[in-house]
Amino acid sequence: MADPEIKSYAPHHESQSAAVTESRPAKAVLMIVTFAFLGIFLLLPLIVVFNEAFAKGLSAYTEALTNPDTRSAIHLTLLVAAISVPLNVVFGISAAWAIAKFEFKGKAFLTTLIDLPFSVSPVISGLVYVLLFGAQGLLGAWLKAHGIVILFAVPGIVLATIFVTFPFVARELIPLMQEQGNGDEEAALSLGANGWQAFWYVTLPNVKWGLLYGVLLCNARAMGEFGAVSVVSGHIRGLTNTMPLHVEILYNEYNAAAAFAVASLLAGLALVTLVLKTLLEMRYGAELAATRGH
Amino acid sequence: MEVRVANVRKEFERFPALHDVSLDIKSGELIALLGPSGSGKTTLLRLIAGLERPTKGTIFFGEEDASQKSIQERNVGFVFQHYALFRHMTVADNIGFGLKVRHGPTRPSAQEIRRRASELLDLVQLSGLEKRYPAQLSGGQRQRVALARAMAIEPAVLLLDEPFGALDAQVRRELRRWLRDIHDATGYTTVFVTHDQEEALELADRVVVMSQGSIEQVGTADEIYDTPNSPFVYGFIGESSSLPVKIEDGQVWIADRPIGLSAPQAPQGEATLFFRPHDVELVDECNGCIAGTVAASRRVAGTRRVELEIGGERQRVEVELPVDHPAAQKSRVAFRPRRWKLFPAV
Repeated sequence: MADPEIKSYAPHHESQSAAVTESRPAKAVLMIVTFAFLGIFLLLPLIVVFNEAFAKGLSAYTEALTNPDTRSAIHLTLLVAAISVPLNVVFGISAAWAIAKFEFKGKAFLTTLIDLPFSVSPVISGLVYVLLFGAQGLLGAWLKAHGIVILFAVPGIVLATIFVTFPFVARELIPLMQEQGNGDEEAALSLGANGWQAFWYVTLPNVKWGLLYGVLLCNARAMGEFGAVSVVSGHIRGLTNTMPLHVEILYNEYNAAAAFAVASLLAGLALVTLVLKTLLEMRYGAELAATRGH
Repeated sequence: MEVRVANVRKEFERFPALHDVSLDIKSGELIALLGPSGSGKTTLLRLIAGLERPTKGTIFFGEEDASQKSIQERNVGFVFQHYALFRHMTVADNIGFGLKVRHGPTRPSAQEIRRRASELLDLVQLSGLEKRYPAQLSGGQRQRVALARAMAIEPAVLLLDEPFGALDAQVRRELRRWLRDIHDATGYTTVFVTHDQEEALELADRVVVMSQGSIEQVGTADEIYDTPNSPFVYGFIGESSSLPVKIEDGQVWIADRPIGLSAPQAPQGEATLFFRPHDVELVDECNGCIAGTVAASRRVAGTRRVELEIGGERQRVEVELPVDHPAAQKSRVAFRPRRWKLFPAV
């Protein structure tokens, strides 16, 4: 708890000195550039998605979404997210805890390793799984002998998704926990709490907003991941197609309306995530500012 | 509860933070660990708490060896420098935390916990603030809540790490008196760490002066101030002046003249003379005295501090004169320390 007095108040911006205030034209140019950029590259595609989705009317839209293959894709996407997000929460908390609260050899290496999925192309991540679990892969023969199917099946998709999404929670929590230090935990232990109680009553509440934010991002990526999943899925309709893969297939079949209908669901998810995040920041802005740096 | 620290050594990654420290703390005592930063005082406090384990040596709580016990088993009340209040809990929940996490029959009912929390809030004079959050309190109020939280578990020992370090001077003085009152009312054996000698000397029954990982001296405020046992303590506590001298024939000499102080017990040879700037006697006729040229003179509150250059080597010392003393106008001042001490030269 480093100086909560100061941090519990939101920063004030109104009293900027004249020296750092730009001239009016400069301000206008900066704002126009920003808004134009956001409009062209973010807003416009979003409008197109919804526009195309409803191009053939509401009935076509619902029909596209109730198609058995589509429904299976939605189910699979939800299932993959439901498995990979909780696993990454557990992993993210453990990794952040280890890195922020302990000193050990190889800490810097571990921190770099956590970032690996961000720096590696998702396609490569998928290929790694093919090399590991594929028929010609390292473990392929052994898996086949024991009747375990990973590649071109749900386990492979889950594994690839976990790989791609595992930095989100950890990256969100590490700086937060490092900043907060061990003081609160030490206080809890000195008052007689055991390790689990200290975690549950003190550590977790201290990082809950950061954690929630990480979970939202992790979930959005888990549902939207394309590259890695595409490599390991095998694109079997009704079985191993997630929503992003299904969108691609529909589009390649010139079924644009259906493709955009499914895409609109994914876009909707992104919007919901954004709204949730904004609501969180509005509702708990002061608390967020008190427990985290930005 | 009596606490005994026996020959404790603590290393952090081979770097020694404490060398062979021993200390007896009596039951009900209020003890200050005083020293500059890096002296090991906080490390000693954390070792007593069980937040660190000693590399060597033993810590006894009463007759029991506590060194291998965890912090939970030691039942200590620890007040952290920055309070470490749980920011998402109300004041009442913070104070009740230590009772809430107990297991089985030792855990009081929710109602009992609430009652104890308000009782402790009364004790620390914060009645009515049960529902506040730490962010809504001033620094002084947070400090009081932290103390109430530590006392809620009825600790064997109360340990405070720089309890007033983060507060401004006015609040510090207030809380100092208040802590003494609380201690007298509750009788907890209390150890606190401070780098503020005024705080330590005013508040504690006994002061432990530490330097570079060792205990230099343990004693009451009077003992520490009047009979410092090392150059470090003499220099660290209060104002002091020192001069290199020579001992010959049981007399103290500066260069080639005796200065009128006899030291029959002191060994022959080089030594350092320590005295307090305010504890000197001005003399008119220099018949065995320390005489120096006035190099600078400053008015400090009710007295005048005069810096003197002594002898050919121009050693500088400070003495304090009454403001209206005629010597303050002169260019040469002669004096003799009333109380002084010799330490072998290093």
